[in-house]
Amino acid sequence: MSESAIAVLPTSAASRPVSTVNDSLTMAARCLRLSRRNIEALMTSLTLPVMLMLLFVYLFGGAIDTGTKYVTYVVPGVVLLCAGFGSAQTAVSVTQDMAGGIVDRFRSMDIGGSAVLGGHVVASVVRNFASTILVFGVAFLIGFRPHASALDWLGVVGVLLVFVVAFSWLATAIGVLAKSPEAASGFTFLMMFLPYPSSAFVPVNTMPSWIHGFARHQPTTPVIETIRGLLLGTPVGSSWWQALAWCAGILAVSVGLATVLFQRRTA
Amino acid sequence: MNELMIEASGLTKAYGEVEVLAGVDLRVEQGSIFSLLGPNGAGKTTTVRILSTLIQPDGGRAMVAGHDVIAERHAVRRRISLTGQYAAVDDTQTGEENLRMMGRLCRMSGTQARRRAADLLERFDLTEAGRRRVATYSGGMRRRLDLAASLVGQPSVIFLDEPTTGLDPRSRQAMWDVITELVGSGVTIFLTTQYLDEADRLADRVAVLDGGRLVAEGSPAQLKARVAQQRLDMVFRDRPAFDAGARALGGRAVTTDTERLRIGVPTDGSAGQVRTLLDEIDPERLRVERFTVHTATLDDVFLALTGHAATQSDESEESDKESVNV
Repeated sequence: MSESAIAVLPTSAASRPVSTVNDSLTMAARCLRLSRRNIEALMTSLTLPVMLMLLFVYLFGGAIDTGTKYVTYVVPGVVLLCAGFGSAQTAVSVTQDMAGGIVDRFRSMDIGGSAVLGGHVVASVVRNFASTILVFGVAFLIGFRPHASALDWLGVVGVLLVFVVAFSWLATAIGVLAKSPEAASGFTFLMMFLPYPSSAFVPVNTMPSWIHGFARHQPTTPVIETIRGLLLGTPVGSSWWQALAWCAGILAVSVGLATVLFQRRTA
Repeated sequence: MNELMIEASGLTKAYGEVEVLAGVDLRVEQGSIFSLLGPNGAGKTTTVRILSTLIQPDGGRAMVAGHDVIAERHAVRRRISLTGQYAAVDDTQTGEENLRMMGRLCRMSGTQARRRAADLLERFDLTEAGRRRVATYSGGMRRRLDLAASLVGQPSVIFLDEPTTGLDPRSRQAMWDVITELVGSGVTIFLTTQYLDEADRLADRVAVLDGGRLVAEGSPAQLKARVAQQRLDMVFRDRPAFDAGARALGGRAVTTDTERLRIGVPTDGSAGQVRTLLDEIDPERLRVERFTVHTATLDDVFLALTGHAATQSDESEESDKESVNV
């Protein structure tokens, strides 16, 4: 994305919210350019979810009985794993900014924390959009056949968007808190594993009973169930509002935390 | 007297138990270069961060470009720029992309930002490098780009925190030229440095900061006038000769460098006095191998004002340069 793709009025009289939005978009364009050029991270975030999907479908899938074709069962889980992992990578780029002098430069230019951090979140949404499309593309190639109406697809996009925004903000807060990019990448690791004890890859009732409580009530489960329900026409039930409640809660806490931590770290 | 662009009084700041600034007063006129000189840990960066609105002082007040740094910090930020010790540019963007991004953040249109970036690249001798990623730049080029990035928004007050620390002599010279040229356009520059020759060379006024307090302020010439006008440096033949010389001079020696067998003594610089001094220390003409006479530097000033050298390692480096320049 070139900067000229974003129309910014030469306004010194622009109100603060307007300039915050414009600054966030400029910052997002910057973050996207940086992540496009970070070849290693880019390759990881694009190929890892696809590799995992192929691994599950072809290597493990034959042994797993979910009552449907395994590829159909697993795609929502892989999509979510991909979104969680992609969002978590925001932590690393935020930490890199915090460690360098650039945040001081931005602050001395009156670019606030909300624009700097918001830019990272916007960039994360765009990155995740690209990698999710890739995952769905490969899923279709290996036989994923959802029964979803246009409205269902819209619902899927909406739920994923809310999830990515919430977890990108959480990653942003972690990124502000972390002292080094290595520490921040620990969060990426956590997000890689969070979907495993959930209904993402195998039904929860096949797991040992002591883990059921966690697996059923951790945040990724209702999101996966909602996506699965919308794509496959199975009943969504109460998953959708649980998913939204989790995301709204995480979003509210993370935005607050990121803002406070940003002020404290830069003071 | 010109309008004051920076006016601070009684600035204090402590981090926990550690008092970093213990009441600092500053007055900087428009269009001048003001240098805050001091060793590591003297409180230079803290002062810059307060004046550039990044942190708030515990006590005292400061006005920059006519606005209060706490109550009107947004107005201050529109008039200033800050170039910190660590280059605030993105390695994986090209020089041009970095500058255009700054232009957009300064509310320019795409076209305006592109034009401004091209102008600045040319002015800082980076036109050819502008298409390359910053990761491929030398230290000096990176600093120049960093400074260029801080000028995108045409600030009236420019804060430079140790702009040449870690640069090789040639890049340092190039930075000095750029800074000197900037002031020609009417901006006010507030720079911190631990290099005494840098303050001497660039600044209209120098304030010496030591342990969070200003210990002196004035033009470089005024400060130097507070110690002897000239200094005689003698290099001795060997260690016994050096020891004998040191004994003969006693408290008159202002610098002694055991490793290089060198002793510095204040003098008025007249042939007569230099001859008398040499005869007194070395009547047999066997001990002193070489000598140089030069104008007192801010090193001498710093030593006289604070009772300790500005920086241990830099002290001897600086002295090297001086004897070359004599």
